[in-house]
Amino acid sequence: MHIVVCIKQVPDSAQIRVHPVTNTIMRQGVPAIVNPYDLFALEEALRLKDKFGGKVTMLCMGPPQAEDALKKCISFGADDAVLVTDRSFAGADTLATSYALAAAVRQISKEQKVDIVFTGKQTIDGDTAQVGPGIAKRLGLQLLTYVSRIADLDLENDTITVERRAEGGVQVLKTAVPCLITMLEGTNEMRFAPLENMIHAARYPVRKWNKEAAGIEDVTKIGLKGSPTVVSKVFGPTPRAEKALMQSVDDATPRDVALNVIQKIFTQHPTLERDILAKASV
Amino acid sequence: MSEKFDVIVVGAGPSGNAAAYTAAKAGLSVLQIERGEYPGSKNVQGAILYANALEQIIPDFREDAPLERHIIEQRMWVLDDESFVGTHFRSDDYNKPPYNRYTIIRAQFDKWFSSKVKEAGALVICETTVDSLIMDGDQVVGVRCDRQGGEVFADVVILADGVNSTLARKAGFHGEIQAGNVALAVKEILFMPQETIEARFNVKDEEGVVIEMFGKITDGLMGTGFLYTNKDSITLGVGCMLSDFKGNPNRTSPYTMLEKMKAHPSIAPMIAGGEMKEYCAHLIPEGGFHAVPKTFGNGWMIVGDSGGFVNAVHREGSNLAMTTGRLAAETAIAAKAAGKGFKAKQLAGYKAALDESFVMKDLHKYRDMPSVFHDNSQFFTTYPELVNRAARTMLTVDGIDKKTKEKEIFSSFRKSRSLAGLAGDAFKLWRAFR
Repeated sequence: MHIVVCIKQVPDSAQIRVHPVTNTIMRQGVPAIVNPYDLFALEEALRLKDKFGGKVTMLCMGPPQAEDALKKCISFGADDAVLVTDRSFAGADTLATSYALAAAVRQISKEQKVDIVFTGKQTIDGDTAQVGPGIAKRLGLQLLTYVSRIADLDLENDTITVERRAEGGVQVLKTAVPCLITMLEGTNEMRFAPLENMIHAARYPVRKWNKEAAGIEDVTKIGLKGSPTVVSKVFGPTPRAEKALMQSVDDATPRDVALNVIQKIFTQHPTLERDILAKASV
Repeated sequence: MSEKFDVIVVGAGPSGNAAAYTAAKAGLSVLQIERGEYPGSKNVQGAILYANALEQIIPDFREDAPLERHIIEQRMWVLDDESFVGTHFRSDDYNKPPYNRYTIIRAQFDKWFSSKVKEAGALVICETTVDSLIMDGDQVVGVRCDRQGGEVFADVVILADGVNSTLARKAGFHGEIQAGNVALAVKEILFMPQETIEARFNVKDEEGVVIEMFGKITDGLMGTGFLYTNKDSITLGVGCMLSDFKGNPNRTSPYTMLEKMKAHPSIAPMIAGGEMKEYCAHLIPEGGFHAVPKTFGNGWMIVGDSGGFVNAVHREGSNLAMTTGRLAAETAIAAKAAGKGFKAKQLAGYKAALDESFVMKDLHKYRDMPSVFHDNSQFFTTYPELVNRAARTMLTVDGIDKKTKEKEIFSSFRKSRSLAGLAGDAFKLWRAFR
């Protein structure tokens, strides 16, 4: 079985600062990490590999330094890694990105037929959740989004059964392989790589493909040219006026703590107590 | 599987990077193991980069290293509660390349340094903690990490694991760190538009200013404050001996000290409007000459903060770190070339090189300095007040004649410190600086 996992290298959004004047993101010195959602996809792929054997190939589009993100995935146990990197990819939106990645998956499947493509549910920098579905559509793969569990994989009959988070419940879906799965967060826990893998990853020669190697013929569909998305305005969120208050309490029982906190809330919002009492009496 | 390398470097700070780079560049197989998420994630410094130490390792570092501003002006301030007396040294000499020193942002600088280490051919792995050294009798032969299958071997292990150097302590190479030998420093990086910095500090382009401060800002404890100008931020910090924080009757916390400093009437206007980008705290080994442990043994050498190589008087640390890292690597390279093994005897060249370099010469020169200041808190309380009062008396024009003012100043000194005390303090300082 051959699994391709698509990842993105993103700035650690927990450490991002917004420039106070221009409202642009200050990336300088902000560490680049593997998009956290993608790691759930990788772990799920590794679990399938543990169970059924086969190979996990990592795929990423990005600048040359995104190699570090791919090496990290190698340390977790992925077998191979391809970085699609070319100046002409710069400025790509989700449409152009899914076009380039789909082309690269096609190239990878020429080396060995691909059974499942995994992506994270979305990235933490773009938050669109469009690239995974975009790849599936372009490659004509069955699309399974927001998957929380892979219930069954039947390689004899090429079928897969998954649980998918939906509004108000869980859907159980069965479809044909090959397919593309976008994995939901919190569904598994990434393994801790052994030392041997860390050293192997540090040495691993990540394969770098330019647009030709990735099999891209139509340059109008990649990079800025292939991106119809327009950023019309960038603005920072307005800071909220209300502030969280820290309240230290020494009370012995949870009941005392709760009463104390409620009392403090009522002191700050006198109308609240009146409203609640009024409702209670109705 | 257990691999064997020529050199294992534990830690990816300036000393570890210098060691790994130098050894890998010479063709040795090098494994560098870093505990943090990425090289630099755990590292804290003021930060001033002294060009010379890095030049010896990467001569053309200026081409692509992320440098903030080169320093053209050095200010020394002695502060009391509402004023300061200071000297400024500014010279256009400092504006002629190659520049002598720079302000840097360590998060960016360390990333760059580590990329050079990788380019040189060293393997760098992160998020991996070295728990202990692997011994074969009395010879260090490798390290044990916190990962599955975590043993890896080397001819030489270079300990660059920072001020706490848990590894060296566990192995018995040096004792527990003493609160009296380490300073606790806190700093903030405050964002400020480039134009504001240039207007406030009278600089242009990439020029920068350093202000070193001491006096009442440290609440009577032995310590100093500093302010550095970066490209579009200001670094402001203060540090005192850990033992003093512990013994201080006012129970001043480092953070409160920094807040107080920020509110000082001479400092507040310089940082007004700055938005805090980063807050860090770190220990600095300031025990000086007498606190440097044994620096090498069978199969191991110790470099940087782990070895206590910091010149507290001149606020130098990273340059000593890089130099010790380079010298340790050079020793390993020579031992490998000689092919006679890696016992203490073959690594003794490291100590000889240290003694020959500015590192040990400077530490030796100021060997008594820490204890002089430590035992005489008047240098941080009484004198700053007296000096400031003297300046105020002399410079206030109020109809009193200058002779009377002089007398008043002299008597204020005598009242606070007896003649013998004044003479004694001068002597102590002279001895320590000699």
